[in-house]
Amino acid sequence: MNCAEAEIMLHALLDGELDAGHARDVEAHIADCPDCAEKLAAFRAMRAAMAGADLKQKAPAALRARIEAALPAAPASGRASAAVLPLRPSRRSFFSGFGAGAVASGALAASLMLTVFHNDQDQAVANDVVSAHIRSLQANHLMDVETSDQHTVKPWFDGKVDVAPPVIDLTAQGFTLLGGRLDYIDGEPVASVVYRRRKHIINLFVAQHLGAAHAAMTARSVQGYNVRHWSGQGLEFWAVSDLDGEELGEFAGKIAASLRPGAAS
Amino acid sequence: MAGYAGDEHDKARRFRDAALPYLDDAYALARCLLRNAADADDAVQECYLRAFRHFDSYRGPAMKPWLLTILRNVCNAEFTRRGKLDPAADGEFEANAEDVPLWQEPQATPESALVREHDDAIIRRLVAELPQPFRETIVMREINDLSYQEIAQVAGVPVGTVMSRLARARGMLRSAWNAAEGAPS
Repeated sequence: MNCAEAEIMLHALLDGELDAGHARDVEAHIADCPDCAEKLAAFRAMRAAMAGADLKQKAPAALRARIEAALPAAPASGRASAAVLPLRPSRRSFFSGFGAGAVASGALAASLMLTVFHNDQDQAVANDVVSAHIRSLQANHLMDVETSDQHTVKPWFDGKVDVAPPVIDLTAQGFTLLGGRLDYIDGEPVASVVYRRRKHIINLFVAQHLGAAHAAMTARSVQGYNVRHWSGQGLEFWAVSDLDGEELGEFAGKIAASLRPGAAS
Repeated sequence: MAGYAGDEHDKARRFRDAALPYLDDAYALARCLLRNAADADDAVQECYLRAFRHFDSYRGPAMKPWLLTILRNVCNAEFTRRGKLDPAADGEFEANAEDVPLWQEPQATPESALVREHDDAIIRRLVAELPQPFRETIVMREINDLSYQEIAQVAGVPVGTVMSRLARARGMLRSAWNAAEGAPS
């Protein structure tokens, strides 16, 4: 491999886009070529600087509200009426709060205030659980108890956290139970049940108090990770993964469904 | 009517769950393409309305690149409508890639201001100053976290083109960074 080829390929190396064979080729070239090694180091440093610079501009809350208000196939006569998009008080959370945009615009500002308040609280928790998720992957400390047997994972949490997190076996549905971990979020011990879908790790954080209680599931995305939050059985559930939103939603839906009273556990 | 409304309601709910988590991604890319907050707002809203209209026929690929492809089309249509000449709208820039100056001395910016400028702000400015299509490529990679394949799909170019644009974009950023830092490039 010459420098011209390596020049392009080292970016692919940096971006994790090379298969093992090509990665070896590039690394072999870099080992022999101080120029390319220096370039790789410089690009790596720049990449880290970009990651730290918080370049991702967040969509303004007003834009979110506008989109939400316009969403349910607004008829030409104007916005969807409240009859078409009934407001569900139990979903006064992330998205439904924006659903409030569909009511008369006079109420919009007031409902937005409410939404923003709830969002701030939950956004902070969402950031925390995503950080905990990333830590669990980085520190090579994904599991404290490593087993696919739900009857091993569940008792392991006894005495470590003040809740008995439900541990559901979803292997048949394509979500492999990997184990459990004791984590700390905002200084409080939190149970995490770890699942895997293909190569994607899912952390399901369970605690008594972790964000505002919502009966209905809320979805959001933090730093590229998808997050699902819902409440039930007196517990708060936060599922975090790099899995795409649809599949994580499926996972969360299955967990929530299996916990509802009457469902076989 | 009730059944229709119910279906639409369900569709809207599924769409929200699938698409709204990527609102920040769409907004970040719109800001990068249009470089104007109000225009970015409009483009993102239009993108979501279009995406919702076509949601019934959506069968993949992944939601994020699908949305960003729509967004990019909206932005390009906007450039066309305005009759603005922006390199984002076509591929002619690629042919002239070698003519793009790597970096021009920041004559307009006093040295003292540069020193005060925080590193993060410098990076933001340098990315914003990258010419298209290099700007959108680096933004989709570093900010939207798309794979090469997904970037290729959104931009409608081969993966090889994505790779060379990315290498070029990082090269320009590196030179610009060194210049801004006052280090030898």
